[in-house]
Amino acid sequence: MSSNSQKKGFGATIWDYMTTVDHKKIAILYLISGGFFFLVGGVEAMMIRIQLMKAGNDFLSAGTYNEVLTMHGTTMIFLAAMPILLAFMNAVSPLQIGARDVAFPFLNSLGFWLFFFGGVFLNLSWFLGGAPDAGWTNYASLALASEGHGIDFYSLGLTISGFGTLIAGINFLVTIINMRAPGMTYMRMPLFTWTTFVASALILLAFPPLTVGIFFMVFDRLFGANFFDVTMGGNTIIWEHFFWIFGHPEVYILILPAFGIFSEIFAIFSRKRLFGYTALVFATILIGFYGFMVWAHHMFTVGLGPTANAVFALATMIIAVPTGIKIFNWLLTIWGGNISFTVPMIYAVAFIPSFVAGGVTGVMQAIAPLDYQLHDSYFIVAHFHYVIVGGVVLAILAGTHLYWPKMFGTMLSEKLGKWTFWFFFIGFHLTFFIQHFLGLMGMPRRVYTFGADQGWDLFNAISSAGALLMAIGVIILLVNVVMTVVKGERVGNDPWGDGRTLEWAIPSPPPFYNFAQTPLVRGLDPYWIEKMEGNKEGMVYAEPLGDIHMPNGSFIPFVISLGMFIAAFGAMYHMDGHVWALPVLIGGLAITFGSMLVRSLKDDLGFHISKEELIADNERIQREARALEGGKKGGLK
Amino acid sequence: MAHDTHDIHRSRAEFEFIKRKRATEMRGQLTSFAMMIFLTLIAFTVVAADFSNYLIVPIILLLAAIQVVLQLYNFMHMSNKGHGMMAFFMFSGIFVAFTIVLTMVTIVWW
Repeated sequence: MSSNSQKKGFGATIWDYMTTVDHKKIAILYLISGGFFFLVGGVEAMMIRIQLMKAGNDFLSAGTYNEVLTMHGTTMIFLAAMPILLAFMNAVSPLQIGARDVAFPFLNSLGFWLFFFGGVFLNLSWFLGGAPDAGWTNYASLALASEGHGIDFYSLGLTISGFGTLIAGINFLVTIINMRAPGMTYMRMPLFTWTTFVASALILLAFPPLTVGIFFMVFDRLFGANFFDVTMGGNTIIWEHFFWIFGHPEVYILILPAFGIFSEIFAIFSRKRLFGYTALVFATILIGFYGFMVWAHHMFTVGLGPTANAVFALATMIIAVPTGIKIFNWLLTIWGGNISFTVPMIYAVAFIPSFVAGGVTGVMQAIAPLDYQLHDSYFIVAHFHYVIVGGVVLAILAGTHLYWPKMFGTMLSEKLGKWTFWFFFIGFHLTFFIQHFLGLMGMPRRVYTFGADQGWDLFNAISSAGALLMAIGVIILLVNVVMTVVKGERVGNDPWGDGRTLEWAIPSPPPFYNFAQTPLVRGLDPYWIEKMEGNKEGMVYAEPLGDIHMPNGSFIPFVISLGMFIAAFGAMYHMDGHVWALPVLIGGLAITFGSMLVRSLKDDLGFHISKEELIADNERIQREARALEGGKKGGLK
Repeated sequence: MAHDTHDIHRSRAEFEFIKRKRATEMRGQLTSFAMMIFLTLIAFTVVAADFSNYLIVPIILLLAAIQVVLQLYNFMHMSNKGHGMMAFFMFSGIFVAFTIVLTMVTIVWW
């Protein structure tokens, strides 16, 4: 089975990716589709900024503006940020704990395809009568009044992709609990694996409320229920509770893996052990817990009363404590380190002040009386873009540079990376810093235009100019990716030269079985320990070389997801009284459940890689490594 | 890996130890089974005795909670080794759900 070095045709490669259950290939699928949706969301962001570039602009109509704004938020959160983070989780965390794959490779693939079809379904709304237009929070009173099918695309699309995310979260929990290599205790796990773990726990606990809320929404809109309809005795506020009980943990699902990526970067490029590893771990867990106790701070102005507002205000402020612990630990990791300012490190250093700025405005909004002033103004927009772009997107860009060699075996250009960074970073602050002041000057969020006499012209123009710089940064990144792929210069195991964790001890990209022998972990930062002790192999082994059992690829996850995609169309058009809708709904579900049945009834025991094949493959890897060293020196140093 | 089968050879002492352990486990299961029947009887009695609803409902809820714990620990093997993480996740989930419900009924909708 050491056939992975063979050249394959284009069709065969596509088929390979459609049927793969390998976590490294699924990571690439997540990265490509998440990256695509990131570009779609970015185009929507540019349309928003073009519309708001001057007073009374008519680039977008009011209705289209609502759609673009809703889709920008929904796409960026659900279809771009989360999948790209899932890409890194898939690519890296099984390697970091010394596992050969995730616990459920089949489910891993199913999770991806569900997300993918959910995302495609949501975005097809543009071509099928209009996108959702009630904001990414989809508040019920607005959503129930929305005409056309936009909101149905939102609720059905997110249901499907939500299933995928939930499956991915459970998969990582089981993987990290059960598949750690011998010696990899919880308190030796790399920080990125820890944050993956906590974020997965948050997915497990936070997605069910969203699913329930969306189910109610689907029933209200498609089947005549009245959960949120006040005139029929429902309660429109319940949606807000459901949404934010999910929504607040969701922002931690995004930011925790980002923290994990930065923790890795700080340790690698300061050539130091993470300062306060234990504190960082416990801060991560605490943030996870507190994340569930603060949801009503999004609803201060709903009128929950002074008691609820006071309790949630205090709970919200408490979250600043573990986050502050993290910030100080990162600073102390850099302090006295042997710092190399590579592209990932520049992003990491830039992240600290940007994210702290977002955090400080967050604590300001936690003060309920002040929030009455700030609510629904551009101040809020500025705040959450500071934490999401200043935190999550910077982490995604940093992680792309950091893990690109591990995922693809080539190195993104550092020079172009720095250009991307400066355009993006300056553009980001230019766009959003000034929005704080627009908010304080009274500009409400989610309005499609403003008047020339309101005094917001100049600041909005500056903000739009900043967005243009960010777009240039992203385009340079794309050029970088294309150039790197075309050049195709291979790099070795540890291209950054200072890798600390197990993923850097194996080839880039790793062989499909990851570890020929399961490693034995002797402490925190196992690869670093071995390097320091002069171990050329980078690992000690916990087992002798033997046959490896591997799962077979499968096309079934794709078919299961496709069935749900088809069924969603049936459910949606059923409301309009089309005769074909009901058969489509039933047919789609039949495809889904039929393929599940096939999966259950047909035994698939996988295959074994024999010891001889492993030895032959290992010789090939050694040969390639020698060729690399003899020729041009791979990597940084 | 997962599909490799191993022959298990046990020494006499090991065998005795496992036997004793299983006997204890069995005893635990029988005891909790008896307790569960007893708890169920109490539940039926309170209803049959026609107490005030404000007494019956909390008592039955309490008994139900005890039953769930007994079920989990004695029949679903949570008392065995290696279930710490599962217990942690279950209790975290219960804690999160409980605080949310508590918040709703106390400070949000009073």
